[in-house]
Amino acid sequence: MNLAKRVALGLAAPVLALLVAAVVASLVLVVAGEDVAGFWSTLLTWPAGRNLVNILNSASILYISGVAAAIGFRMNLFNIGVEGQYRVATFAAAAFAGAGWLPGKLNTLVAVLIAMLAGAIWAGIAGILRATRGVSEVISTIMLNFIAGSLVGYGLTRVGQSTGNSRSTKTIEEGSWVGGITIFSDSPSKLYGLSLIAIAVGVVFWLLLNRTRFGFDLRASGASETAAVASGVNVKKMVVISMFLSGAVAGLIGMATLFGEAHNYGSSFQTGIGFAGIAVALLGRNNPIGIAFGALIFAFLNEQGNLLNILVGVSPDIVAVTQGVILMAVVIAYEVVRRYRARLEQASVAEQLEESRPTSQQSKEPSR
Amino acid sequence: MSVAPETAPGPIETPEEFHHRRNRILLFVLAGFVLLSLVRVISGAEQLTSSGTLTVTLTAAMPIALAGLGGLWSERAGVVNIGLEGMMIVGTLGAGYFTYHYGFVAGVLGGVAFGVVAGSLHALATVVIGVDHIVSGVAIIIIATGITGFLAEALFSGLEGGGPTQSPSLKTPFTIDIPFIADPMNSLEEKHWFLISDFASVVEMFTKNLSVLTILGLVLIFGSIYVLWHTRFGLRLRSCGESPAAAESLGVNVYRYKFIAVLISGGLAGLSGAYLALVSSSGFQVGQTGGRGFLGLAAMIFGNWRPVGLFLGSTLFGYTQALPFRQGTVSVHALLLIVAVILVVVGVFQLRKGARRAGIGSLVFAGAFLTWYLVVPEVPREFTTMAPYITTLMVLAFASQRLRMPAADGQIYRKGSAG
Repeated sequence: MNLAKRVALGLAAPVLALLVAAVVASLVLVVAGEDVAGFWSTLLTWPAGRNLVNILNSASILYISGVAAAIGFRMNLFNIGVEGQYRVATFAAAAFAGAGWLPGKLNTLVAVLIAMLAGAIWAGIAGILRATRGVSEVISTIMLNFIAGSLVGYGLTRVGQSTGNSRSTKTIEEGSWVGGITIFSDSPSKLYGLSLIAIAVGVVFWLLLNRTRFGFDLRASGASETAAVASGVNVKKMVVISMFLSGAVAGLIGMATLFGEAHNYGSSFQTGIGFAGIAVALLGRNNPIGIAFGALIFAFLNEQGNLLNILVGVSPDIVAVTQGVILMAVVIAYEVVRRYRARLEQASVAEQLEESRPTSQQSKEPSR
Repeated sequence: MSVAPETAPGPIETPEEFHHRRNRILLFVLAGFVLLSLVRVISGAEQLTSSGTLTVTLTAAMPIALAGLGGLWSERAGVVNIGLEGMMIVGTLGAGYFTYHYGFVAGVLGGVAFGVVAGSLHALATVVIGVDHIVSGVAIIIIATGITGFLAEALFSGLEGGGPTQSPSLKTPFTIDIPFIADPMNSLEEKHWFLISDFASVVEMFTKNLSVLTILGLVLIFGSIYVLWHTRFGLRLRSCGESPAAAESLGVNVYRYKFIAVLISGGLAGLSGAYLALVSSSGFQVGQTGGRGFLGLAAMIFGNWRPVGLFLGSTLFGYTQALPFRQGTVSVHALLLIVAVILVVVGVFQLRKGARRAGIGSLVFAGAFLTWYLVVPEVPREFTTMAPYITTLMVLAFASQRLRMPAADGQIYRKGSAG
């Protein structure tokens, strides 16, 4: 296959998926009798500076979540529990930082490490159960998500303080906050300082996957467990380590918002990022760069979706439909393209065989 | 799963094994009932087995069981259905919309139909195209959540009593009352006698205010045993989940059976959604499912991919969900005593089997729970809500090697793989 054809095939799936998602979203809007033209003009308007910053903020958070899920996926582990892991982690970090035992930025640093540790432990439970007892990580992480909700609720009653009709952890002292980065001088929104963690996470993930023995073992175990075992990989150990890593990264999800905006864990805590991260990872095919694209698309749709309601009165839920359809269409398109490519390869191999047949036919004849 | 120690029982169960298993389940249920009654008498937590608690338990358990049954149908045919939650969500919407406009029967059918539509998407993606089952399930949850929120606003906003996130209040379906049994049972329950009053509560639960949808659910659960294990159709369907290649070589149309199984799965999840909208509450609300689809999956695994087991698992979930609302602090406190007794039994059993360390561990934990019961007057609410999930984790950790999922569950099967 020549290069042009290969690139075209590689791009075919995502482009096809976006088209299908566009058609489905339009159809839903038409059926519901909503303003389709308004929807598209709002969605495709280049966002203002303020919105661009929001998109970057939300994309960086989604990206971390996507990488957390992808570490598991690369190993064929379905870590559905990112949601619970970052909840426990964010609470632990907020409780620690709020207590203010350490001064200034040291407090921040230790709190971030505590978040990683808490996330790692929460995911590690599922990893250990999988490795030692053969418990499906899908179910154990779902259970751990539910437990995380109750546990954090209990934690809030113990270390939290009452704020009106809800509870939150103590507000972190101002010295430990991480300031924002101004990108557009004319907009009040700033990029969260800690959203830069996303870049570090992406680079480390890429290096780990492609430049270390661990990454090779991880990819090998994910691609073929039996082959990995045969080449001396301790799959059980890999399961536990990759769950720990996945959880540690999940622990970072809430940090940018915690130290940049919320300053405590309370009712403003944003749920659902873990679940969105799964979608983003799958969209980006668990590849560090692909996930970045997935995160940007999802963040863009989320931000523009907020405008939909204000400008044209269309419910932002249509954005979730679009996101889901993109995900579904992408995996279907990848599968179809993969099969088409396999058929092309088979055809080209057959062609080559055909060409070399006169010489090889005689030697093959007796064995058949 | 190939790294996990494989000591699971074989796929084919002899009649003796079947009777043995059935007797053991009956024994467990009976022992659990006696234990509850005993603890009620000792602790004086009358709500533990009151008919009110049991009714709430059944109402809470039924949607979980129906979702789990949906999971069971699909996984028995080899398709993992993590999208159950999404199929339930559209089920709640369908039930809300059609009940409001066309009445109760249409509402139930509408919920089921919406679930089937969502199921058909999953079937198309996983069976026909061959996409990873979990990816498709995740996508379906996202799409279903979005489309339900979107349509709810479009369908219910203008109606009186409705709004963008809820339908107008709906008439609840028919209930069945047999007062000449329920009333004497109620007075018997009031006596608080050991075992007799508890049994009276159970009878009362089934004769007072029993929703027709609950009966339908029970019929479907036990009917599934018959269809899946005692008909040719069921055998073929299960063969697609165990070894699709072998099934195909014997002439079974694997795609068709898998497709049908996933459609039924969606329908059951839709019915579960309808139950939530019509019986558990009096109308559709956004976010009504609250993760019960996932709980259904857990109950199914808890029940070893079998209907009776999944029903028992759902009842456990339902019971721990119901108890905090029935004199919560007292009732939940009594649960500690139950856990202690169970751990003592488990510990003694382990010691007799020669597992000394595990046995002593169980006894130590039993002592801890007993101390907790005696020292602390009440248990924080959050621990009760956690209880069913921790129980599931524990059961999976201790029993996962006895659990056996369908051999080809979750694997993508392409037609012609039989060669």
